[in-house]
Amino acid sequence: MMKNKADEEDYWNSSKFKAFTFDDEDDEFSRLKESKRAVNSIRPLVDEDDDEEEVEKVSWSGEPVGSISWSVNETAASNQRTDREPAFPKINTDTTSISKSHSGYSLSALFKGETHRSLSDSSVRLYAPELRKPKSEYKVTTRLTAVSLEKFRSLQDKLLLLDYAVSAHDGNVITAVLIYLKRTLSKEVLFRELTDRQTALRHFIHYLTESKDQRLLLELLRALGRTEDMALLQYKEHLGIADENKRRDFLKSCLSLPFSPEDSVHVEDHYTLLERQIIIEVIPRKQEIFQKFPRKASILNMPLITTLYYCCFYHYTESEGTYSSPLNIRQTFKLSEKQFFVTALAARAKLKAWPDVDALFTSRNWLGFTRKKSPLSFQRVVDVLHKNSAPTQVLQDYVALVDDAELRITLAQKHKCHDIVINTYRDLKDRQQLLGYRAKMARGSAEERKINELLNNSQIRWKN
Amino acid sequence: MAHSARTDCPELPDFFLLKRLARDQLIYLLEQLPGKKDLFIEADLMSPLDRIANVSTLKQHEVDKLYKVEYKPIVSTSDQLCFLIRPRIQTVKWIYVANADKATGRFRRYKIIFTPQKFYACDAVLEEQGIIGDVTTDEWSFYLLPLDDDIISLELPEFFRDNFLAGDQRWVRTAGSALHLLHSLYGPFSKVYGIGRCSKMAYESWREQVEEGEQKARQAEIGKVFLIDRDVDFVTPLCSQVVYEGLVDDIFKIKCACVEFGPDVTSSDKSIKVMLNSQDRVFNEIRNEHFSNVFGFLSQKARNLQTSYDKRRGMDIKQMKTFVSEELKGLKQEHRLLSLHIGACESIMKKKTKQDFQELLKTEHSLLEGFEIRESISFIEEHINRQVSMIESLRLLCLLSITENGKSSFFLCSYGVDHLLTFANLRQLGLLVEQQPGETLTVMESKVGKLVNDRTGGKLSDAFSSLAKKSNFRALSRKLNLVPKSDEEYDLRVPRDMAYIFSGAYVPLSCKLIEQVLERDGWTGLEEVTRLLNGHEFAVTGYGADSKAKNDAQRIILVMFLGGCTFSEISALRFLGREKPSMLFLLTIWLMETPRVSVTLISSIF
Repeated sequence: MMKNKADEEDYWNSSKFKAFTFDDEDDEFSRLKESKRAVNSIRPLVDEDDDEEEVEKVSWSGEPVGSISWSVNETAASNQRTDREPAFPKINTDTTSISKSHSGYSLSALFKGETHRSLSDSSVRLYAPELRKPKSEYKVTTRLTAVSLEKFRSLQDKLLLLDYAVSAHDGNVITAVLIYLKRTLSKEVLFRELTDRQTALRHFIHYLTESKDQRLLLELLRALGRTEDMALLQYKEHLGIADENKRRDFLKSCLSLPFSPEDSVHVEDHYTLLERQIIIEVIPRKQEIFQKFPRKASILNMPLITTLYYCCFYHYTESEGTYSSPLNIRQTFKLSEKQFFVTALAARAKLKAWPDVDALFTSRNWLGFTRKKSPLSFQRVVDVLHKNSAPTQVLQDYVALVDDAELRITLAQKHKCHDIVINTYRDLKDRQQLLGYRAKMARGSAEERKINELLNNSQIRWKN
Repeated sequence: MAHSARTDCPELPDFFLLKRLARDQLIYLLEQLPGKKDLFIEADLMSPLDRIANVSTLKQHEVDKLYKVEYKPIVSTSDQLCFLIRPRIQTVKWIYVANADKATGRFRRYKIIFTPQKFYACDAVLEEQGIIGDVTTDEWSFYLLPLDDDIISLELPEFFRDNFLAGDQRWVRTAGSALHLLHSLYGPFSKVYGIGRCSKMAYESWREQVEEGEQKARQAEIGKVFLIDRDVDFVTPLCSQVVYEGLVDDIFKIKCACVEFGPDVTSSDKSIKVMLNSQDRVFNEIRNEHFSNVFGFLSQKARNLQTSYDKRRGMDIKQMKTFVSEELKGLKQEHRLLSLHIGACESIMKKKTKQDFQELLKTEHSLLEGFEIRESISFIEEHINRQVSMIESLRLLCLLSITENGKSSFFLCSYGVDHLLTFANLRQLGLLVEQQPGETLTVMESKVGKLVNDRTGGKLSDAFSSLAKKSNFRALSRKLNLVPKSDEEYDLRVPRDMAYIFSGAYVPLSCKLIEQVLERDGWTGLEEVTRLLNGHEFAVTGYGADSKAKNDAQRIILVMFLGGCTFSEISALRFLGREKPSMLFLLTIWLMETPRVSVTLISSIF
């Protein structure tokens, strides 16, 4: 990664928020640790009588959460009735409003039933103290069922019903009408009418999805010409197939589905990958490495990068001709240099195979000299190595390759690569920093001696 | 630095009433099935139920055993089974399939209580299975769960997905009913503002319910209402949270205002569950703070605590007695809370240091500002290649896509081709922007990964700058001044605007809109903004409201996020409430199980 260094520094200099880092070296953090120590040191006093009752219980442990004193009168008193509430105006919605008079049936009455029991009613009921008494007027079923939908027989009436439901914005009612239409209309007619009714259509698709009516859903999508959605929906079925061979065969059958050009490449990769994983999975695991680092999971159904990592880990040295060779994987799936590099780096570092790590960077120029090259910034390389617990000796080779001096010092300090810090300060001719750094070194250490030598070196022209 | 409560704050309505209403209705419904019964509870209803009732309440009403709905065969021996579930077809089908009573000739009574409402589609399933009659159904209209002094939640995990992804409007009426409940208990509202399709429909639904029902006139406790659809602003929930409460949620997952701290936080071998709300005095002071301020505050607190404990040295018996009876309890509680939050901070630090948090933030800020897009793309690409957290990668991709209309497909290599489906859903939501045919070149280039190559890189950034013109976010950001000028120092200790919740780099679009509309008392002057947001804005006045308009309640504004909001947004609104005493004190509502929108966006995919 060729970061634009100037830009980056610029960012930090111009940054409007105070440099606040999540680094553990941070002062704030040590303050926090201090506070923790302080608080912990007073713990014994508190533990004398361990009263935990302050902790609010949130489990089903049966302990009282706090007594709820229920005063009916109090609440009822505050609810005297007066004049009618000021009404809010209706907003002009851009949905086509259907004139109710078009229909011979009382559609409004039908939907009024849907509008729940009125709240004032329900609160009165809730305030009633005799909870055990059966309350006849409470029971409010969805009154939609009470009004028979069977009255709507002509297509025109059915569609009017549907449009009215849509204009009322209540998804529950829309779905109810759709369920009725599904039962009483032929698929062809229903699909045709839904084409121009997007809201109703989306409700219908959602209903079919929820009730897992895959067959009808596919038919609908086909009728609508939404072939890509159809392909994805069919492809989705592979998630439910546990057996890997069956899954592979299913994926193979998916290849002919009408995916978008981009997606079809991915699905093909998916099939090839699973096919490959099945082969890799059955390779006898006799080598020492499998004993030393036993597998934690099967490689089946893992993502491509994970598969590559696995092969870099267990099959690194195999020739390109074998299916499990990392290079073969890279070729087959046309992985980018960076993708390959990052994965191989992480895998070899995890195994502490430092010569392999080193070899990844080595390239020869036309004169035959070797130099270290990386598609990744060396800062990131150091990060990857550090996360795989690389020792300081290994880290410092890569820290040294970080171009930007500031960044190099930061990294070197973080990873305790003292030599690099000292050398960089020397190159910057920064005597003050060097003095400061000496204070942090152990007394009598090699680093301290080196700094002393440098400071005493009269040939260096310090800038400060 | 802790913000002391303003003395002239209007008093917040007492939401405890909502809990009592819900609890009493539930008890009433349980009593509808007299005698001993086993109760099956839907998993995602457990936590909300915990907030309003407990086991002994249920036992008092003859609930014998409690089960979680797990889609396994029913083993209960009780003669009466009661199911407390969401109106989901899958669950209703399970109830039928799971019990073999019909086959074995066993007679039992069944009752299904749907919450917050019953759907016709569920009834249809019961009818199809031929068990209507054997099964009675009911509705528990549990719409609103108060989680804190200023937060109420609708606890509907599927709201977002159903409404925005599937385009199913089944919850519109629920939202309207929730609003209606608040209106009848704490209204009348004097004014309602809103933006978004769903908001508009919810308003209509509420208005109809108001017209149908009778109203009890009362002293208003909530003045104004602001409804906003989540899809008006997807950018904000995609940004990393750096406010304490947001971080705690990111790492430990706050569920119904409750969090479980593991052994690494408690420094013992057990986990504990803690309520996180304004009752926790320590938490209350740091919840809205930028994370960088939290350490300082905790250190100070620890020192104060030490001093208070030290006081007991040299006390005589009598003084000691007073100390123990008056102060010790408070100190001990504070001590416990303090060590918990210090532990939580440590744990957050550890996790965040591990994942290049600093660079992640920098990338986000660059994307928001529209600078160094190439570097950002490169960072995201490497993030994906290294298979670092999938959610983070997806979040970054969406952010890149929304702010820059770009896209990358390394993702499938690193996290599995299955995510084709994820992408299809994200496109449907508008979180990933479909490439135009002419732009396919860009996709191909990023796919081949030649970003490091300067020539291609140059072409790429050209393509992006031309795309940026089309990006509404960029235009909105300029219009509303969402990204503050970067040449000034931003002191996070003394926040000067809502941008502090994102380290001073970005003012959340959603909150900025709310502020602007309330200040202007409507949408006048924001025509260009609403055009960019696809319209659906409204501002309506209830008549007769102005007579009472002068009281404190008019400063209490209910903000309802349809589809969920983040803790960062809540913090931003609280900040606004402190800064604008003349008109604002905010009350936030979200409509999801968790406010972790970005996570929900992604996990809702399959």
